[in-house]
Amino acid sequence: MKAYRKNPVGAHYGLGEWLLQRLTAVVMALFTIVMFACIVLEAPHGYAGWKSFFTGTTVRLATMLFVVALLYHAWVGMRDILMDYLRATGIRLALQAAVGLALIFYLIWAASILWGR
Amino acid sequence: MSAAPTPRPKHYRPYYDLNLAHLPPPGLLSIFHRISGALLFFPILPTLLCFMYLALGSEEGFARVHGWFAQPLVKLIAFGAIWLYAHHFFAGIRYLLLDLHWGVEKAPARASALAVFALGALATLLVAWRLW
Repeated sequence: MKAYRKNPVGAHYGLGEWLLQRLTAVVMALFTIVMFACIVLEAPHGYAGWKSFFTGTTVRLATMLFVVALLYHAWVGMRDILMDYLRATGIRLALQAAVGLALIFYLIWAASILWGR
Repeated sequence: MSAAPTPRPKHYRPYYDLNLAHLPPPGLLSIFHRISGALLFFPILPTLLCFMYLALGSEEGFARVHGWFAQPLVKLIAFGAIWLYAHHFFAGIRYLLLDLHWGVEKAPARASALAVFALGALATLLVAWRLW
């Protein structure tokens, strides 16, 4: 008879999160390089310049992709930090919830800045 | 037969050494990667969103943000934030290369850590020189 053995390694989401943190890092690194080059080359000036720069569809979509990547990347990173330093479950979960809410707020705010008004 | 206790290393200290200056370059890079990441999440990211909200919202908002960034203190804080981003960026690229087993040995890992610190500082100085 095969004895029941509890699997000690948890819910198996660790590797996927680790991989996605790398993937989002690559997305953000590429965005950083391309955006830096675009701003240097185009050199937007004044309110009208910056406004028209950020109303371009490519810039809008690329920036949103960056923000979504950042949301996931920051979530994994902040959760790692909280898990490493906070052993009290209640405080850790409360702070993780605050981090998650803040990130969702950032996402909505970024979308409203790019498309709103 | 009992194993002989391993002798304590010469520089043994019965406490945790929390002095960051005693870390080797890769360790220092690692803790700065963590600190910069946390600071980028808060307060740098919401501050940046706030500035974008104001500057892209209206002509007056743009003028206000423009006025703030004319102050030397605000500029210095912004350069500090840029350094944190630059360090996180270059240190992150180093970690991606380490994940691909590039430069894993002690000597190249140490050299690449020093290179990351140099590149982060250089990128910040370059941006500071252009924006001052």
